[in-house]
Amino acid sequence: MKKTLQKPVLAVGPFHPLQEEMEFFQLTVDGETVTDIDVKISYNHRGIEKLSETLQFDQIPFLVSRICGICSASHPLAYIQAVEEIAGVEVPERARYVRTIINELERIHSHLLWVGLGGHFIGYDTVFMWAWKYREPVLDLLEEITGNRNNYGNVRVGGCREDVPDEMVPKILKELDKIEKKTDMLTKAVLDDPVLHARLKGVGVLSKNDAVRFAVTGPTARGSGIAIDVRRDDPYAAYGDLNWNVISQPEGDVFAKAVVRLLETFESIKMVREALQKLPKGPIAVEVKEIPPGEGCGRAEAPRGETFHYVRSDGGNRPIRHKVRAPSYVNVPSFKASCIGQHIADVTLTLAAVDPCYSCTERLAVVDGHHNVVHDYEALLHMSREKTARITKELGAPEFKLEDA
Amino acid sequence: MQQEELKNRLSEIKDKLIDIEQTTDNRIFLLCEAANAFSVARFLFEDLSLRFVIITGIDSDDCFENLYHFSNDASGCVVTIKAFIRDREAPSIESITPIVAAAEWIEREIHDILGIDFKNHPNLKRLILFDDWPEGVYPLRKDVQK
Repeated sequence: MKKTLQKPVLAVGPFHPLQEEMEFFQLTVDGETVTDIDVKISYNHRGIEKLSETLQFDQIPFLVSRICGICSASHPLAYIQAVEEIAGVEVPERARYVRTIINELERIHSHLLWVGLGGHFIGYDTVFMWAWKYREPVLDLLEEITGNRNNYGNVRVGGCREDVPDEMVPKILKELDKIEKKTDMLTKAVLDDPVLHARLKGVGVLSKNDAVRFAVTGPTARGSGIAIDVRRDDPYAAYGDLNWNVISQPEGDVFAKAVVRLLETFESIKMVREALQKLPKGPIAVEVKEIPPGEGCGRAEAPRGETFHYVRSDGGNRPIRHKVRAPSYVNVPSFKASCIGQHIADVTLTLAAVDPCYSCTERLAVVDGHHNVVHDYEALLHMSREKTARITKELGAPEFKLEDA
Repeated sequence: MQQEELKNRLSEIKDKLIDIEQTTDNRIFLLCEAANAFSVARFLFEDLSLRFVIITGIDSDDCFENLYHFSNDASGCVVTIKAFIRDREAPSIESITPIVAAAEWIEREIHDILGIDFKNHPNLKRLILFDDWPEGVYPLRKDVQK
């Protein structure tokens, strides 16, 4: 029998109940260096598009908000906008502002979640604890407005279901001030830290050319110098009325993506504050009797990038086709460009930098040519943290501490 | 590219299209036969530098439709190529993955769920369906029970 030489394959994934999508990465490695990557998805395909064809237009927002627990405001909004485009519905002004407020609060908590997990992955658990602590009041605000911490179910064709009560505005403004102060401290701690500079700069670089080739969106594109943002380019809700900036960084590495997300958090805080101050009076929804035949494209900028929904109606009470494209669908394949040539110790972080869903890395195992498990997730996490510790030592930096605030 | 310029450039490929429809200010649909979809997609992606968004595969009454959504971010316009695949028995269309790397997954997905063959796709293996799913059963076709 002829013996063939098999290259070692590092298996990342596939299952974890917390993932938005089950993913399985097979990394071909040469020593410590990754030479190829293959991604398998759809371990838990839920058939949402097919299911959607069996539901009425009004029921679908509740279905699509469950596509993702974190982006549960942007999916329904993109869908609703597609339907409103078909029906030519003019949404009341107050509803547009309420939609903006909910979506920006969502972005704040999602970006803080990412910062925390990023810290956890490189062994800075202090960042993890603090970022998640500051995320909590945002979820509380969302719960007070919509009744849910996630899966808000707040939008409907023609407007919103729950209003932001006027008497709650001062309370939200006060909370925003607190969140802004804490995020500021966190951002300074990250941006001024020499260890983080050494650990994250030049890691997992996605060049501008590759970003275009893989058509990435959101912070993944903006971290590679492509300043696109649906909120500015194709304004929806109240984004056209507000004063804010699109943040982008040219480097394309993990550090650039972290900077984009942290600075975007401030823009979001600014937007919510302005939207609350400008919040117009009036109704939050109009009655929509029926959806005529036609087709529409709805887009919303989710924390991870552009969410795209296509809806076609034949004049009945259900869509005949409903296509959903979540941002990770185009962001994840870019690993083919950003992971190759990286060290294994940097791969967890590079995969995480796109913010696909962290939990997939909870099931890491290195398999050799004979399919024996050599390293598990713990060992890889240890390698990642060891590298951080080594850099800390080389730089002679003190142990990482955040000032108590 | 601003909206006016975009519209002018789109009229350059009129001979490959059946029709150009505009539903709202920034939603343009380019209707064409399957045979022309590749060259129209190449024109949008390479010549006009539009961003690829996704492909929607639809089982229409008498044909299959592939909707190639592209985005012109400078004017916020979604340009959609609506390609009609008339052959219901053996539907096939030219793959755009060789020019648009981002289309690899979605073409594999449409191949899985609608059974449309993508010619010249570099890696047309299953993406969505399980390995033990029966051959020739395409879950998103209308004749499959809901």
